[in-house]
Amino acid sequence: MALLFVAGAAPAAGQEPSSATSTTAPPGAPKQAITGQIDTRDDEPIEGVRIIVRQDDERVGSGRTDKDGNFSVPVPTGGVYQVTLDRDSLPDGVDLRDPDRSTLERVVVRDGRDKRVLFPLGADEGGSRSTGARILNLAITGLKTGAIIALASLGLSLVFSIAGLVNFAHAELVTFGAVVAFMLHGWSGGPGLPLLVAAPVAVVAGGAFGLTQEVALWRPLRRRQTGRIALLVISIGLSLFVRHIILLFFGPSPRTYPDFAVQQAITAGPLSIVPKDLVILVVAIALLVVVGLFLQGTRIGTAMRAVADNRDLAESSGIDVQRVTLITWVAAGALAGLGGILFGVTEAVVWDMGFTLLLLMFAGVILGGLGTAYGAMVGGFVIGVTSEVSTFWLPVEFKLVVALGLLIAVLLVRPQGILGSPERIG
Amino acid sequence: MDWGQVLVDATKAGIGVSAAAYALAAVGLNIHFGYTGLLNFGHVGFMLVGAYGAATTLDAGGSLLLALLVGSAAAAALGLLLGVPTLRLRADYLAIVTIAAAEILRLLARTQTLEPITNGVLGIQGFARPFDDLNPFPRGSYGIGEVAFSSGKTWAIVVGWTLVALTSLLVLALSHSPWGRVLRAIREDEDAARSLGKNTVGYKLQSLVLGGVIGSLAGILLALDRSAVAPDTYLPVLTFFVYVVVISGGPGRVLGPIVGAVVFWFLYQGVDIALREAVRSDTITFIDSADIGAIQLSLVGLGLMLLMIYRPQGIFGSREEMLVGER
Repeated sequence: MALLFVAGAAPAAGQEPSSATSTTAPPGAPKQAITGQIDTRDDEPIEGVRIIVRQDDERVGSGRTDKDGNFSVPVPTGGVYQVTLDRDSLPDGVDLRDPDRSTLERVVVRDGRDKRVLFPLGADEGGSRSTGARILNLAITGLKTGAIIALASLGLSLVFSIAGLVNFAHAELVTFGAVVAFMLHGWSGGPGLPLLVAAPVAVVAGGAFGLTQEVALWRPLRRRQTGRIALLVISIGLSLFVRHIILLFFGPSPRTYPDFAVQQAITAGPLSIVPKDLVILVVAIALLVVVGLFLQGTRIGTAMRAVADNRDLAESSGIDVQRVTLITWVAAGALAGLGGILFGVTEAVVWDMGFTLLLLMFAGVILGGLGTAYGAMVGGFVIGVTSEVSTFWLPVEFKLVVALGLLIAVLLVRPQGILGSPERIG
Repeated sequence: MDWGQVLVDATKAGIGVSAAAYALAAVGLNIHFGYTGLLNFGHVGFMLVGAYGAATTLDAGGSLLLALLVGSAAAAALGLLLGVPTLRLRADYLAIVTIAAAEILRLLARTQTLEPITNGVLGIQGFARPFDDLNPFPRGSYGIGEVAFSSGKTWAIVVGWTLVALTSLLVLALSHSPWGRVLRAIREDEDAARSLGKNTVGYKLQSLVLGGVIGSLAGILLALDRSAVAPDTYLPVLTFFVYVVVISGGPGRVLGPIVGAVVFWFLYQGVDIALREAVRSDTITFIDSADIGAIQLSLVGLGLMLLMIYRPQGIFGSREEMLVGER
């Protein structure tokens, strides 16, 4: 479903409404109007949409949007008005995103100052889907988002378990992978490799970046015995630094990977999904299974779990903790980078995508249990599904709020998360 | 390259409204982080509720005094709401919770659902008349040489730094009181403080509320100066800026926030103007002016890192105090 919004730019002065009538104000009095712009997300203005202004149920004025989608309804004085968008005047296929909110009940206008209002639009939901089908589709989207979060945040949890560090700069490991893949694949000045070739290279680069962080920064700091809180603040500084260096080179606009960009959804009964999302879901879940098997079945995996449990004991039983730490950082960087690439495929690549995802990652990791790999997986899925399915009842704008609310709720009720152990929290 | 202009603009920034507001926010955060050792990373949330509380009150026709009360009360409520459930959590968890809480507030302020109160993404403008009306300075320019401000700005600057002075004196008095000593004890070893019978959660809560209310004054000051509030002004990066101010000035020291803010804004604006001048006069050619913002912010990040690594006690702080406990 495409979301269409009203552009909310700075109030533009001197627009000509195509036709606006209102009760007349005494001459010489301050002039003020209720203004706005109605257009689609592709910035196509919609002409002829009717806006009605009332005060205490008395009609004060009305207007229609002009060919630039702008409207301006003058009102005689400052005060509180009700502003209604006449849905019947909207073209076919376009409706208010929330049809129950066609009237803004409390628009406060000050003397002499125009007041700008917003009427967000959405696509007309033609053809009803059953409740069950809609929730199921949301759940599948949630699984996909959750899988990406799980993959990306696995490294966050692993690093915490091995080094005791909550690494805010993990966000930039995610962004780095996605950006490198873009540079190799979609950048006009780059080699233009197919995404399926660029992605593994970017994942390796992500692993290298993780390795560099550990060797160049965190290990020397640990040797100086820098405290945990100081490390956290340093990681915030690192995150800020790397993020804006990436901004410098990548630019502020979101970019998409040219491969797989536009796809038709495939439907199976009531379910519909875009092929790339299905692939992402499968790939992410497969990788999570692989990581799980790795941690359980291989010597290195067991060593990682041992160091996470009790560093000194692991060291005294002959495990090379330095090597295990290095491998953990490489894995964290690689997995985070892959998560970033998958997110870039399903949404877009932006310079601060990692930071935007970071809070979701924290939510997932804490929900599942900070410091356990399986916790990160479980938590990621729960956060993904919950926040997507919540949009069935709540407006979409609350998705992130729901996820963060869940994070706070978990910390209040069961701070160690689903799979964590109680002594880790406080 | 006009270095004179760079110096003038940097100096104006160092003593301007933003510096005063950040000093105020830092006084509040200093109580949390510097004195009590609370890792509050959602400080911008206090600024947001203070600013929005005041702005909505003024917009609805309330007096300036009422606006101040509403803003501060909102911040106090936020402090309690945040503190009661989370103060038993460990430092890094508290950091995450507070960042999440501040982001929730910003996201809620952006929603359409709450537009009747917050006016969504556009925010609220044009409400600062009662503040402007109190301005005793007649029209004109005030300052020394080129370091001069309009009468409206001068008023905001005077109010801002007065607030900074008052709150700093309050912190000075409190820090020498038994209350302040308990806070420092909590910072250094909470279990020890608790074993002596101190209700540490209660003290932490008081610290959170007091620091939060002072932080909200910073938000109110900025809102009145710009006569505007908008949700995307209150991003997490603002909290990071305040941390740089607190740490560079010296955590747990009364002068820390003041000196930290002045130095920070002097350098921050100075770098900005210097880079712009250099680009304009073709002294530097490999970047253009659109890149300057990113460079500035990456330097802040780098600065924060170097500060914490090499001089976590800032200018006035004590290294021993910073190294005790879990630091």
